Amino acid sequence: MDHLPTLVAEARDAIQAAESMAVLDELRVRYLGKKGEITALLKGLGQLPAEERPAAGERINQAKQALSAELDERKQTLEKAALEARLAAETLDVTLPGRGQPSGGLHPVTRTLERIEGLFTHVGFDVAVGPEIEDDYHNFEALNIPAHHPARGMADTFYFDATRLLRTHTSPVQVRTMKSTEPPIRIVCPGRVYRSDSDLTHTPMFHQVEGLLVDEDVRFSDLKGTIQDFLHAFFERDDLAVRFRPSYFPFTEPSAEVDIQCVMCDGAGCRVCSHSGWLEVMGCGMVHPEVFRHSGIDSERYTGFAFGMGAERLAMLRYGVNDLRLFFDNDLRFLQQFA
Amino acid sequence: MKFSEQWLREWVSPALATQALADQITMAGLEVDGIEPVAAAFDGVVVAEVVERAPHPDADKLNVCQVDDGVERLQVVCGAPNVAEGQKVAFARVGAVLPGDFKIKKAKLRGVESRGMICSASELGLEEETSAGILELPSAAPVGEDFRTYMTLDDSTIEVDLTPNRGDCLSVKGMAREVGVLNRLPVEGPNVAPVASVHEETFPVRVEDTEGCPRYLGRVIKGVDVTAETPLWMVERLRRSGIRSIDPVVDITNYVMLELGQPLHAFDRANLDGAVVVRRARQGEQLVLLDGQTITLNDDTLIIADERGPLAIGGVMGGEHSGVSVDTRDIFLEAAHFSPLAVAGQARAYGLHTDASHRFERGVDPRLAREAAERATTLLLEITGGEAGPLIEAADESQLPDDREVVLRRARLDQALDKVLPDDEVGEILERLGMSVERVDEGWRAKVPSWRFDIAIEEDLIEEVARIHGYNQLPARHPRALLGPRPDNEARTPLASLRHRMVSRGYFEAVTYSFVAPDLQETLLPEAVSPVLANPISSDLSVMRASLFPGLVRALEHNLNRQQNRVRLFETGLVFRGELDDLDQVPMLGALVCGSREPEGWSGGKEKVDFFDLKGDLESLIEMGGEGEAWRFEPGVHPALHPGQCARVMYRGQEAGWIGTLHPAVRAQLGLKTDAVLFEVRLDALTHGRVPAFQPLSRYPEVRRDLAFLVDAEQPVQALLDTLRAQAGEWLVEAHLFDVYQGKGVPEGRKSVALGLTWQHPSRTLNDDEINQLVDAIVEESRLHLGAELRA
Repeated sequence: MDHLPTLVAEARDAIQAAESMAVLDELRVRYLGKKGEITALLKGLGQLPAEERPAAGERINQAKQALSAELDERKQTLEKAALEARLAAETLDVTLPGRGQPSGGLHPVTRTLERIEGLFTHVGFDVAVGPEIEDDYHNFEALNIPAHHPARGMADTFYFDATRLLRTHTSPVQVRTMKSTEPPIRIVCPGRVYRSDSDLTHTPMFHQVEGLLVDEDVRFSDLKGTIQDFLHAFFERDDLAVRFRPSYFPFTEPSAEVDIQCVMCDGAGCRVCSHSGWLEVMGCGMVHPEVFRHSGIDSERYTGFAFGMGAERLAMLRYGVNDLRLFFDNDLRFLQQFA
Repeated sequence: MKFSEQWLREWVSPALATQALADQITMAGLEVDGIEPVAAAFDGVVVAEVVERAPHPDADKLNVCQVDDGVERLQVVCGAPNVAEGQKVAFARVGAVLPGDFKIKKAKLRGVESRGMICSASELGLEEETSAGILELPSAAPVGEDFRTYMTLDDSTIEVDLTPNRGDCLSVKGMAREVGVLNRLPVEGPNVAPVASVHEETFPVRVEDTEGCPRYLGRVIKGVDVTAETPLWMVERLRRSGIRSIDPVVDITNYVMLELGQPLHAFDRANLDGAVVVRRARQGEQLVLLDGQTITLNDDTLIIADERGPLAIGGVMGGEHSGVSVDTRDIFLEAAHFSPLAVAGQARAYGLHTDASHRFERGVDPRLAREAAERATTLLLEITGGEAGPLIEAADESQLPDDREVVLRRARLDQALDKVLPDDEVGEILERLGMSVERVDEGWRAKVPSWRFDIAIEEDLIEEVARIHGYNQLPARHPRALLGPRPDNEARTPLASLRHRMVSRGYFEAVTYSFVAPDLQETLLPEAVSPVLANPISSDLSVMRASLFPGLVRALEHNLNRQQNRVRLFETGLVFRGELDDLDQVPMLGALVCGSREPEGWSGGKEKVDFFDLKGDLESLIEMGGEGEAWRFEPGVHPALHPGQCARVMYRGQEAGWIGTLHPAVRAQLGLKTDAVLFEVRLDALTHGRVPAFQPLSRYPEVRRDLAFLVDAEQPVQALLDTLRAQAGEWLVEAHLFDVYQGKGVPEGRKSVALGLTWQHPSRTLNDDEINQLVDAIVEESRLHLGAELRA
């Protein structure tokens, strides 16, 4: 019994000095195990006089509890150190780039078309598409552009033979839709169109989105409201000035060109807007009765509006692209900018 | 259409500055394309008189002149050959600044002092080419007056880009009419009075095609002097309208055309034989045009002929033989109305776009010919001298456009504009536009003026009212529509989703031209038939693509040439297959990869992409439709693809596309430095899919067996999978391939294929006997049909 303090001091030193869990386990067995030294002292209590037993038992139990607590504490310390060592060893350079296939990107024209389609489909328009090799009837005749009409000179047409051609606009899709559908009609027609023109500001192929709304009591004010809101939404600028300028298209009447305040210089005048402060962005008008007649729609009962815009032009203004031809080079350094 | 602002202002002059006037015209639908000053900036130039001229003592080509500039007499050395005593000239005083910032200083030329410069037209920026001599001014020019003021050089050329419906504005008169309407101002032009004839000579005119030429006026003018000078004011007005001075007769016909809008033509009377005949050409007749080229006429061409043959294409261009030359003494002046349909298409058919055809195609006022003939005669007599004969007219009233009357309904106008304009305003707008308007019960009845070819229906009047009132003064609202969900086919995979899937798998979208180079298409698809453009922009954009491959390969080349060696591109669009009469315009999705699997990085992915990378991407698209079992990849042969690395992609038993590595020989032919793998598949197949159908989840355990077979190395694994599926019974839930091996331990010419098969019964536990039976059947069938042996 007398050596209990010595034993406890010795055990404490050993516990504090233990550097591994295995050593700690050994110490637990050595002092507190069934055959451990502290346990042996408890077993030896019986040899003490009865009056001393409680006090001695008390001391031995205290020593046992103290050592047990020390063992636990040391264990936790060791575990913590082990975890820290492991974490330190497992440290990654988190600034290294991630692994795997990085994503690509949509072509800016598609990005623009999807955006335009989205703005219109959200308010109840459908998307309609059609053939690109068209016939004279759908591309011209049915749109009130008879043979030899001077308006044919407005779009230089690619021909295959006397009557077949590459569509010069997506309006043939409108014709086809009007022929096959009863009003109300609300469609947008995105797609490739072709004109035999190639210079700094023209490519022989480009993309258009045309829209058509036919219903009872459709007014010029409906057209104005739709176009204005569309342009505000597209450029995300509610204060963008929009103006309607009388123009001429054989398939609409009244017809208008739509100008917006130059988005590059806010109307102050710059190279992009030829110092006019305005940019022409689309054409539009009320559907011409002759077009309705070709499509078998009663123009006394129904009226409608149509509009058309160039996707490349809008993409150039939206993203600041300064060269139209870049759209068709498919240079990855260009495409990556729209990812 | 270009015109001088000052010329316009002689007819009508609103209190608007140039830019404001241009803006007003633009907003009325006559788009101003440009405003240019008619002369470059210069000052210090005055009208002066050459009082004396003497040869320079020391230089043959120089003259020493005494010039009166209205203030003093000055000695000026002048090198122009045409300088003469008594001449009025444009004189730059010392201190003047000419175009190009050229300052006039006192100078000594070969020892003789010179104080100022006598100017040529080009020195003043009035002529592009260097003038041969000094500019001679009319003798009436007031000495001492500022030259810019004298010439009204503080003027602008306004260019208007007119839409095809507004042929009536192709003249100063027409533009003035429009400006008058917009500003509520009266419009007044020069007074045109009939010219009294001083002789009775006429020339017979026979109009055989009165439909094409309902009105023809002619007049013989005898004794003109074609060598007379066109007056400077006229040369200037022509110049400011973009027309060069030729000779006084041509200049006058051009001038009247610009002023009034009526094209005119002058024939040399001496070269007309018998009679002027207006008729359709006979097929094969020939005509030498004014510009010297000989054309062969088609029988649908309206011509002016005499008894010998064609003289001119009506309303398009005159002929050389009958044209006016310096020797011409007597002329026959033509002022005709050709109907738009008779001229339309003719100019283009012969590649002759002229000022006359431009106007007749769009419609010239049929009532204008007489006024124009009188105006031109007056000017001719003034400038070239001569004696006018009677103005004869051949007209077929029945062929002239009717006076159209159009009714505008109040209700329709209000609805269209969504605004009620006062009666007075509507009536006034129509009247100012030249219509005689009558109030009727439903609205207005308007008689359309003869110059407005574009007004025929009610909508035309609505447009005119809206245009003059101002589009931007009209209200805006939102369309009304009945809201309701519309059908949406869930089984269909939207194209946008396919595109986005490609993007998320690392592809950039390309957009290539739908027409390609024939040789490139021939190299990739020697058997392809697709339409060929009759008028391509260039030969390398002349044939419609029968496949997306040519465009993708071209885009690859573009990038490889710019050090972009890792290329992943896709495109969607139509391909064109077959002859025009049997044409398929097929929407396709195509892709191309080359370079490393992943971008250059620190962690792998450096190996080159191969067939299976691309196939994985294609399978990912296929899986979007949920119909994987409907698709097959069969070994196939495609001319652009490596014969051992090429598959025909089948959807529901039909060919839907191709996938493969670019054929090495094709690659070599195209000069490509790298391997590439491509596919293209029909979009209708890719967008087709199904709506998911739920299967209850089994609560019973799965049984898995792994089988490894030895088969011939050439044996497609697909056959083994098919056999296995056929024999594995209805409870097979999964069969996957986990190893394909050739080499050590496998006999030469054979390969080991390892498959993991999983069965599960929906409502009970499967026992070993059942599974063993199925496995035995698989092994047996595979052995029988495919020569497969089970590996130990």
